[in-house]
Amino acid sequence: MGFVGIHWRGIAEYIGGGPIDRWTEGVDMYERDGEKYFVVDGHVHFWDASPANWVPGQEQYAKGWIECFHAYMALGPEETHWPLEKFQKYSEEDFVKDVFQDGHVDAGIFQPTYLKEWYREGFNTLETNAKLVEKHPDRLIANGRWDPREGDAGLKQLEEDAKRHNLQGVKLYTAEWRDGSRGWSLKDPEAQVFLERCQELGIKNIHVHKGPTIWPLDKDAFDVADVDYCATNNPELNFIVEHVGLPRIEDFCFIATQEPNVYAGLAVVIGGLMHARPRFFSKVMGELLFWVGEDKMLFASDYAIWEPKWQVEGFVDWDYPDEEYSDYPAVTTATKKKILGLNAAELYGIEVPQELRLPAEAGTPAAREDAQLAGDAT
Amino acid sequence: MTTRARVLDALGSVHDPELDEPITELGFVTSCEVTFDGDVDIVLRLPTPQCAPNFAYLMAADARKAVRRLTAIRRVTVTLEDHYTGDEINAAVARGEGFTVAFPGETDDDDLDALRELFHRKALLARQSRLCEALLASGATAEEMCTSRVADLPDVPDARRCLELRRDLGIPREDASPAFVLPSGEPLAACNLERWLRTARLVRTGLEVNGGICRSLLQIRHGLAADPEEVPT
Repeated sequence: MGFVGIHWRGIAEYIGGGPIDRWTEGVDMYERDGEKYFVVDGHVHFWDASPANWVPGQEQYAKGWIECFHAYMALGPEETHWPLEKFQKYSEEDFVKDVFQDGHVDAGIFQPTYLKEWYREGFNTLETNAKLVEKHPDRLIANGRWDPREGDAGLKQLEEDAKRHNLQGVKLYTAEWRDGSRGWSLKDPEAQVFLERCQELGIKNIHVHKGPTIWPLDKDAFDVADVDYCATNNPELNFIVEHVGLPRIEDFCFIATQEPNVYAGLAVVIGGLMHARPRFFSKVMGELLFWVGEDKMLFASDYAIWEPKWQVEGFVDWDYPDEEYSDYPAVTTATKKKILGLNAAELYGIEVPQELRLPAEAGTPAAREDAQLAGDAT
Repeated sequence: MTTRARVLDALGSVHDPELDEPITELGFVTSCEVTFDGDVDIVLRLPTPQCAPNFAYLMAADARKAVRRLTAIRRVTVTLEDHYTGDEINAAVARGEGFTVAFPGETDDDDLDALRELFHRKALLARQSRLCEALLASGATAEEMCTSRVADLPDVPDARRCLELRRDLGIPREDASPAFVLPSGEPLAACNLERWLRTARLVRTGLEVNGGICRSLLQIRHGLAADPEEVPT
């Protein structure tokens, strides 16, 4: 079977006459036990952390950062580990093979990470990602970024990026340091200006990184309360909390229960736990299914920290290990189809082939009302 | 008890501020040397060189404080190894200065104290729920849970830690105080027990999962054997 073409809103005008994708020929949908899954990987990277890209004088940070990522890779199955040298810089061919050919991914979403203080050309920028999107326009989406502290210049850049790259989403790092400022909050009035501009530009999906930071910090960089605030004020935008707020998963869950436009990005949850800590993985998934619900959870591999292949296959085969977990919402094939791709396809307007969609009534939403009740108890 | 055993015992009272687990059990103590004269050298390590400097500082400072309280101890040196802000933290801890001094202009101790209190509240919730679930599983009723007193609690690590956390949070912990309390210190009502447990389980899962990731990363980094995947004590 040839690759089943996918298209998203507005794409036709800019892929017209685009290159034929020689790698996607002969790729099949992931199929298991007679069920076919449409996979959207909500968090992929194409980075360059090789020594040639390190900023002179900042080598220890550039080196430390990528080595820290590399340690995370070791949480996956041993046969998927890479040597550090390959991990620092992998090829386009590696990406295509690991993500599309072997990884079962039908569409991938690039989340940029600039880190230009440490990496001369940036760690993983929109510009670099866009070059890959040009070559695989039917398989990849590039998201942009903004920082409210950049003011008018930042707004102008966002507009240019949005037009040039047809942006549908952005990735934000609230804990990033800049010119003596120790991070920012989505509650800042300046951030609201950018959020409104996003809406005008058709950028609907706001991915917010909530997780470990790399500078001395007194502020609580893990705090997710600002997401609550801006999700309420911007109901037309979707807020995807990457890494589900780890280590503040409970705060994230309480927010997601109350805000219909807050989603869970599963990067690190699957890659970091499913293999290394399978029982904890099941607990986290059970909690997320209970509080957030299967309609608002998005699969993400965080490639190249982890390859998608083992994550997709393992997740399709996953279920709670024993009766200790009987209190959590049931996991069905429909649950997995939604999380692996259908939910993200909806957010990004990706057209899913008919045979891979769910019948309208399929799947019971997780126990939202129960979650609401329990949330009130805090 | 040898001096070294007393020092290790004292280090066992130092908790990771967020995970609320002893640094000794998390594998954060690389080495602990005591000379004949009573000079103590402690080396600490964390799962990654990029672990949050504020938490790293708290653990190093707490370790020094806990050991300095012991008798027959002279000089106490705590060294955080292989951390990207290790030099700053080690210098500040050695001088007995706060986190603010370690990173001038970059931090504010008030925020750190507030964060520590938040972690204490979460840890108390998580540990109370573990105790409560164990009691319910052994046949206690919801009513009994809500009327029981501190004196009724079993003498287990979770219960002892709960009382320490209540002390730090200023929540009464006398024998006649309620065994299970809300953050305000008020006793739990039986009708709220199920919802309270549901919430507490989520908080607990967050703590346990983070502890799991920390342990795995530490094991990978130092080539240690994997621990069995169990609920921490």
